[in-house]
Amino acid sequence: MLQFKKHHEKSTNSNREIANITYLFVALFICMLVYFMYYIGIKSTEAINNTYNSRQELLAKKVIRGKIYTRNYEVLAETLINPDDTETRSYPFGNLFAQTVGFSTKGKIGIESLANFNLLTSNAYAGERLQDIIEGEKSIGDNVVTTLDVSMQQVANEAMGVYKGAVIVIDPTTGEILSLVSKPDFDPNQINDIWEEIYVDTEEGPLVNRATQGLYPGGSTFKIITLLEYIREHKNDYQDYTFNCTGKFTKDDNVINCYHGISHGNVDLMQSFAKSCNSSFANISIGLNSNQFRKTCTDLLFNQKLPVSFPYAESFVPINASSSANVVMQTAIGQGTTQVTPLHMAMITSAIANGGDLMVPHLLQRVENYNKDLVKEYKKKSYGKLMTAKEAEILQLFMEDVVQSGTATLLEDSKYTAAGKTGSAEYSSNKSESHAWFTGYAYMNDKKIVVTIVLEGAGSGGEYAVPIAKRIFDEYFKSN
Amino acid sequence: MANIIVEFSKYAIIIFMAFYTLECFIVFRYHSEEDRNGIYIRQNVLMFLIHFISFVVLCLVTKNSMLILLYAVQQLSLFATIVLYRVIYPRANRLLINNMCLLMTISFIILTRLSYEQSVKQFKIVIVSIIITMFIPYLVKKIKIISLFPLVYGFLGIASLLIVMILGKVINGSKLSYSIGSFSFQPSEFVKILFVFSVAGLLSKSTELKQVILVTIMAALHILILVFSKDLGSALIFFVAYVIMLYVASREWIYLLAGFISGSLASIVGYQLFGHVRTRVQAWKDPWRTIEAAGYQVTQSLFAIGTGGWFGMGLAQGTPDKIPVVVSDFIFSAISEELGGIFAACLILICVSCFVMFMNISMRIEDEFYRLIAVGLATIYGFQVFLTIGGVIKFIPLTGVTLPLVSYGGTSILTTHIVFAVIQGLYISESRKLSTRAKNDSD
Repeated sequence: MLQFKKHHEKSTNSNREIANITYLFVALFICMLVYFMYYIGIKSTEAINNTYNSRQELLAKKVIRGKIYTRNYEVLAETLINPDDTETRSYPFGNLFAQTVGFSTKGKIGIESLANFNLLTSNAYAGERLQDIIEGEKSIGDNVVTTLDVSMQQVANEAMGVYKGAVIVIDPTTGEILSLVSKPDFDPNQINDIWEEIYVDTEEGPLVNRATQGLYPGGSTFKIITLLEYIREHKNDYQDYTFNCTGKFTKDDNVINCYHGISHGNVDLMQSFAKSCNSSFANISIGLNSNQFRKTCTDLLFNQKLPVSFPYAESFVPINASSSANVVMQTAIGQGTTQVTPLHMAMITSAIANGGDLMVPHLLQRVENYNKDLVKEYKKKSYGKLMTAKEAEILQLFMEDVVQSGTATLLEDSKYTAAGKTGSAEYSSNKSESHAWFTGYAYMNDKKIVVTIVLEGAGSGGEYAVPIAKRIFDEYFKSN
Repeated sequence: MANIIVEFSKYAIIIFMAFYTLECFIVFRYHSEEDRNGIYIRQNVLMFLIHFISFVVLCLVTKNSMLILLYAVQQLSLFATIVLYRVIYPRANRLLINNMCLLMTISFIILTRLSYEQSVKQFKIVIVSIIITMFIPYLVKKIKIISLFPLVYGFLGIASLLIVMILGKVINGSKLSYSIGSFSFQPSEFVKILFVFSVAGLLSKSTELKQVILVTIMAALHILILVFSKDLGSALIFFVAYVIMLYVASREWIYLLAGFISGSLASIVGYQLFGHVRTRVQAWKDPWRTIEAAGYQVTQSLFAIGTGGWFGMGLAQGTPDKIPVVVSDFIFSAISEELGGIFAACLILICVSCFVMFMNISMRIEDEFYRLIAVGLATIYGFQVFLTIGGVIKFIPLTGVTLPLVSYGGTSILTTHIVFAVIQGLYISESRKLSTRAKNDSD
């Protein structure tokens, strides 16, 4: 009897262990189930939109591709149904938004690629879709509203004239990209006919969006970064800096020349920056701590991924602890092997203009069904601080001085306040050829805008890029 | 017309599946099998409806008239399984029978959609498995000597794993199987059952330290051979089964803790030691970065599940054939893509309901040996489901194991049928004991 009781006791006791194991497993399964539902409900759109996802083609059989709108609901792309029931994708603005809006037939690029899944998904009313299924008709896909602005795009495009290059215009307080121009361009309406020709054209590269994927030597615009590093290393005495420029700076056997060999004479830090004195910045750079310099570059997102959801090229800075004096000097003035995209330069400028806080640049604003009911909104997103508010404030003063007394005086205006940095980046052994750069911002009341410009082989930034910036700023602030 | 049927069928299938799943859990509110009768019959009807609608769609889309025949034979065999169990084993657990049949139904549907030939081949194996395992519930407790030779099972297991390691052919970078003629055989599946019997036999005799050490050595040998055969999924399953059986037998939580710690340490060592482990872990952490290499499988699976969404693309409307090894390791992704995320979530819940029922049954068993067998087999089943589904949805790293009863693979099917049959046998003899006792009491 006793033995039986003992046995019984053992059995109930031991069932507690089995119960524990059961609870443990059920808990694991619940976690897995929650993750699964989270993936399907929220996380999966990213995966679906991935260009490697071949399943997007399946959707095209059931849905008429939606429209792409500008921020003011002008049509950038729409699908027209021909009398013989075939579809034609039409781009009313032709060349103007070539790489930015892209195309969807010969592969996909631009917003056509970025928003492919949204354009091929129909959130029309259930009743209508039901009717479509019954009648064997395609449903009407959702429309995508972008952040793009036709007038800004037109002004930038015209101002660039015949030059190759890129312009990017961003609202630094939201990250909205108002304009993205890349030249040479093409007419996406004729993509099927011109495809064979343009996709083999690697020399001109009309398919490449130079604003986001074009890597250029930064030239003197890179001095913004060198300046930030100097200020970081000389928090209290950077204002005491002086240098006597004779038109060139020699260290060991390496010579750094000022643009066209001009001697700037006695300059302080602010004048060095405003006049873009290469010799002075070479002098500054040899005193910098290379490790720290690399860290500052990393803070500013060099040599790493950018927090944007569209394709881009990664910028590169060669500096590290073992860099030679020559490499450091070349890098400090944006020459050598340093490479940067206009997008990246615009992001750094945008952080400076926004008190150090980088708002993530984006092209998509909202997705709506064809009845204009909201399907999805892309809210503005902060990436975080690229620099402290104090540092941003100092850089703002320096950049405003470039407009007041430096290489960008053309931008002085009675309505708005402009700031920036010019650059003339040498890209070949022939010193007379250089890319014209400008990156800067302007503000009036609470409106603020960042513009970054590169003109390939045009000459000096002050002469060629700054006038474009002026036209863009004028256009943006004209209504007020 | 076909359009409309395809489109509406997917919602119908999801609704039927959801009701079936609901019934799986409502069952637990009733205590007597008589009260549950209605639920079981409703479940059978729902299961047959899902099977029927799916094959109508598949016939319409593929226009393969052979499917009608295949459907008829499958339907008949499912019906026969249910009826035969009712006749031969009136005390059998009907929820388990239903779940087993539903999982087979899902397997029939998705395999036929993926590959008609493989589906037919699989179906033949299913029939043979059902016939063979039909005797197991009767035999389990009749053969008393089964508990006498635990060490023999252990040696048999180790020996056959060793043979595979040495002779086996390389599949997907891991040595898993060897072929006799055209019949490819995956012993690690069978060895799982031998292993459970062996550990149960040893631990039911004693849980003193000496015995525990003996069991540990034996388990370690199994696991090490599997690790060196690069079959990490199976190695993990054996390990977890061993730890949990040891914990239940000894009732010492310290063993569970020790198992957890040594398991974690072993994972770290394995990560440092083996390149293929690192690849898997990296592919899990960020598959998008290696989308054309190590991350390919998972990302294809995620594309399938994501594009399918809650309601799925509809049967034969997606492209699950783009996922590598879709019929075995990634069958869950194909199901989720075409039948929808809701359906797939229900499938997970049904597997959970099987597992909980296994554990429930093990609690009712008084004999330590059989109790441990039930716990061991339940653990193997539950953990394998967790590994395979968790892997393909990127919840955990991929381990390359199959979804029991659903995935393509002869050995896996037969083994799972054996597991279900053994547990069914234990349940039947326990309920017989209970009713005799009740009768004696009332007398």
